[in-house]
This record gives sequence, structure tokens and C-alpha cells, in this order.
Amino acid sequence: MSGSVIPSSVRRIAVLGAGHVGPVIARIALDAGFEVAIATSGSPDNLELITQVVMPGVDARWAADAVRTADLVVLSIPLHRFPALDPALLAGKLVVDAMNYWAPADGVVAIFQDQRLSSSEVVQGRLTQSTVIKSLNQIAYQYLDDGRRPAGSLDRHAIGVAGDDSDAANVVGDVIDRIGYDPVLLGSLKAGRILQPGGPVFGAVFTRSEFERAMHTAAVQS
Amino acid sequence: MTSSTAETPRETTGGSPRFPLVLGLDTFGDHEHDAEDRPLSHAQTIRNVVEEGVLAEQVGVDFFGIGEHHTDDFPMPAADVVLAAIAARTKRIHVGSAVTVLSSDDPVRVFQRFSTLNAISKGRAEVVLGRGSSIDSFPLFGYDLANYEELFEEKVNLFAELLKGGPVTWQGNLRPSLNNQDVVPYTEAGPFRTWIGVGGSPQSVVRAAHYGFSLMLAIIGGSPARFRPFSRLFLQALEKFGREPLPIGIHSPGHVAETDEKALEEFWPRWLHIITKMSKVRGFAIPTLESFRFEVGPQGALFIGSPETVAQKIAANLQTLGANRFDLKFGMPGLSPDSLIRNIELYGTKVIPRVRELLAESTQPDA
Repeated sequence: MSGSVIPSSVRRIAVLGAGHVGPVIARIALDAGFEVAIATSGSPDNLELITQVVMPGVDARWAADAVRTADLVVLSIPLHRFPALDPALLAGKLVVDAMNYWAPADGVVAIFQDQRLSSSEVVQGRLTQSTVIKSLNQIAYQYLDDGRRPAGSLDRHAIGVAGDDSDAANVVGDVIDRIGYDPVLLGSLKAGRILQPGGPVFGAVFTRSEFERAMHTAAVQS
Repeated sequence: MTSSTAETPRETTGGSPRFPLVLGLDTFGDHEHDAEDRPLSHAQTIRNVVEEGVLAEQVGVDFFGIGEHHTDDFPMPAADVVLAAIAARTKRIHVGSAVTVLSSDDPVRVFQRFSTLNAISKGRAEVVLGRGSSIDSFPLFGYDLANYEELFEEKVNLFAELLKGGPVTWQGNLRPSLNNQDVVPYTEAGPFRTWIGVGGSPQSVVRAAHYGFSLMLAIIGGSPARFRPFSRLFLQALEKFGREPLPIGIHSPGHVAETDEKALEEFWPRWLHIITKMSKVRGFAIPTLESFRFEVGPQGALFIGSPETVAQKIAANLQTLGANRFDLKFGMPGLSPDSLIRNIELYGTKVIPRVRELLAESTQPDA
């Protein structure tokens, strides 16, 4: 994870992937005042109508284009496509890994089978020139939009942020806060295991205290 | 309502201005239990589904759909066979899939089966194609989930060719090619209506428009209103591809009983049981009574309650999404035949007329 430039604050976000998740993240990031570009593995022409109608204001770009100018890149491609992604594309970038691995539902992807590693550790292991933070993966995309609340709301929901680089985790935490969620910082990518499918907070819409209680209960039980 | 119901655009009250309002029921062949909560056999559950389809016509439901599933909770892998039995005993109701998992099926066989169903039903067959949100059929038929997207893309492409009629020449990567191949039975009066079930991917919406298939929004969690941009995207994509407007439908789960309390009481334990099971397979946290209440409320995706409650929610969401069709996915593994029959009767005799009334009221010009 050498060579990444950790921005002091984020202005431009690139979202890679335009399936169920990517467009929702792009739209709420735009709402929060970020400049947002979105890209798939193909031509931006195929995305133009989708961005116009579903996320007006978001820029459809080629992936390399979108990444080049971004302070932060959100990775929301189908996880089984990740092994084919060229790590050079993301070299030097702060990357938020919003992907999930759950073999019973998505099939086996060999490089993610090592039970000792969280899926984001595997992602970091391949993206050696990037700084990877795990976040935006644990609330279902169906609720990501409506679940947002202004800072200070009693019923504000939490989103976990896991990373080895604390500066980078803080920067991502700020982004999560601006989008409308309480960031719960976890000390390491390995600790991000708790955010994964099968973990105590995956797929749940929790306030910070509910989130922390669920984590604590899981830690006591394991 | 004639067999050309959803085929012919016309001015109407309610729903989208271009297409008649269609109110249907869907089932996944949810494994039924008797009054003592003992599981019925798969065979008895299937026979009950046939009776439910026949009853649906009798009480005025427009469409009866069966979604392909492959588990003990939903023992319904051959939906088209069951639909054929219903078609043979009915005259008016449309019958179709909800959905057919095209990715793990052969498009030629799907076409042949639904073209046969269309023949038996005299033009009442419809098919809703989906990628499959449950993936049980992939290992069963030897398909690799790594090809999840490509399988669907390619097979939809072939299905669209088959629907045109006439000999088919087609080439792909995941299925053997066809060279000037005659595919029977021919349809009598043009292609049967084909939908694509969309769960939340805007690229799937554009794909439906590209092939000229209607759009079925599968809304099973979260706020239905968040699908509104998808309706706009669909209409704009149709325009971009030079196609005429096509119907938009909503598929959502629910349960109707005499009162809100009774409906919730019957549904919640069954839903909790099945979602808890699913959560283990899919790795998500077990839902709470609170998350259930959210889904039942006006911002959620479950249509549960008295006929009035459910009708109000259906009418509101049809308007919000500019849709002309709503299919209520009724039943839940463990519910009894009696409670399903009551649900169907109330849906046909109370919910449907009330939805029509509500939509007619809201489209009336100022007096």
C-alpha cells in the first residue's frame, strides 16, 4: 500500500461498476456535494442514458478517465470480475472496497477462499499500489438511499469503515459522514471481517449504538 | 377483458395512460401446511396451486403467475406444467411465469414450452424472464455463477430472436449455435408478451427496452418509490431505440386478510422463518419486527393487511411508478390452504375493485 496519495479531503469520487450498487452510491455522493464520475468495463456511451435519468449530474466516463482525476475510487463491480481487474488502473489511489464475497450465494472465487483473510485484505493484496478501505458494503443497496440522515439525528444509521491506514480511514469516514451516515471506524482491514456477509452487522440497518452492541456481542461470542 | 388485454394500447382510467390496468397474483409454489401446521406433500401443494389459479379467475384476477423455484420451501421447478393445467380449466385469466430463470435454462426450450402454453390457453401466455435472485438452479443444471451476467445477456438475445418467428440463425459463446433452424410450435397471433424482471440494475432496464420486452419491477425490499427513475429510464430507452411505449409492472410480496391485524399475525411468523433461513444462505442479519413493520408501512415493499390497506398501497405505488400492472406475490411457506384461498378471494373481490375505483377517482378531471 505504498505510493497512494491520501487526500486531506475528498472532492472528486469515481465509482467503478453500474450494477445494483454503483448507481446508488454515485447518486448519494453527488447529493452530498461531491463531483462524481461513474464507469464500467465498457464505453461510457452505454451509460449515458442511465446517468442522465437515474443519476443526473454524475459523469459517465471511461474507467481510466474517471479514476485519473478522482481523490477516491469506490469499487462496486461484481466480485467475481475483480481478479480480471488491472491493478495498475488504481495505482496510487485511495480505494473504497464496497464489494462482498459470499460463496453460497455468489459462487466460489478462488482468490477469496483463504479463510484467514477478510475479502478486503485480498483486494489490498492485489492492489499493492493503492490504499484499500472497506466500507459501504454492509447496508443493502435498497436502503442506502432512504437510510441517510443529517448529522446529529437520533436515528442516524451507522456504516463501518475498516482500514490499516488510519489517515485514509478518517478521510473515508468524513465522506460517509457527509453522505449521511455515522462512520464506525475499525482498526484494520482484518477487523473489517465483521462487516462481511455472515457477520453481525451485514445487511442490517443499525444506529451507531446498535451497531457497536452487535459487534461487541459477536466479539464476546467468538 | 379479452385475451388481447395487455397487448393492445388504449386509453383507460388508472395505471399508465396508455395501457389497461392489470391486477394479478403470483406464487412461488410456497410449500403449504395444513391447519395443524403439518407440511403437505410437494404434490398436494402443486395441486393446490392449480386450484388457486382456477379460483383466481373466478374471483376476477387478471393474471396468475408462477415463479420457478427449486427448494423444499418452494417446490416449483416446472411452473409451465402447472400453468398448463390452470390454462386448461380457465377461459379469461392470463397465465405466465414470475420468473423463468432463463440463465440456467435453454431459451429454445423456454420458447417451446411457453408457445405450447400459449396454444393451450388460446393466447393467454406470458413469460417473465429473470437472472434468478435465488441461484439454486445453477449448480442443479451445471451452470457456473462466474457467467451470471453473460448467461443472461446471451440467452435473452437468443430468446428475442426466437420470438420473431421463422427459422433462427444465431451464434453465441455459451450455447451451441443455431443455423436456419425451424422452432415450433409457431405462435398463432404474433409473439406472446415477454417481460424482463428487474431487481435494481439500471442496465437490466435498458436491456428490456433494447429487446422490446415489457418491464417488471421486482420490489421486495425498501421503498418502491426509489424505482421511479427506472420507469422513466425504460420509457426514454424505448424512445431511443425507436420503440413504442410498453407496459410497466410491479411484483411485490404480500398477504390479504379480513383485518390488518389478522394479515400481519398470519404472515409475520412465516416470513420471519423463511427470511431467517435465507439470511443464513445469503449471510445477512436476521430481520427484526421493527424492519418488518417498516416494510409493511407506506415506505416499504410488503403489501400486507386488510383489503383497504393493500388497495391503497397498490394504487399509490402504481401512480408513483407510472405502472399499469401490479402482481401480488401471495403465500409464504407454512401458510395453510385456507388462508391462501381467503387471500385470493379478498384480492379478487375487494382489493381489485377498490384499486380500480381509487385510480379512477384520482384521474377524474375536476368536476
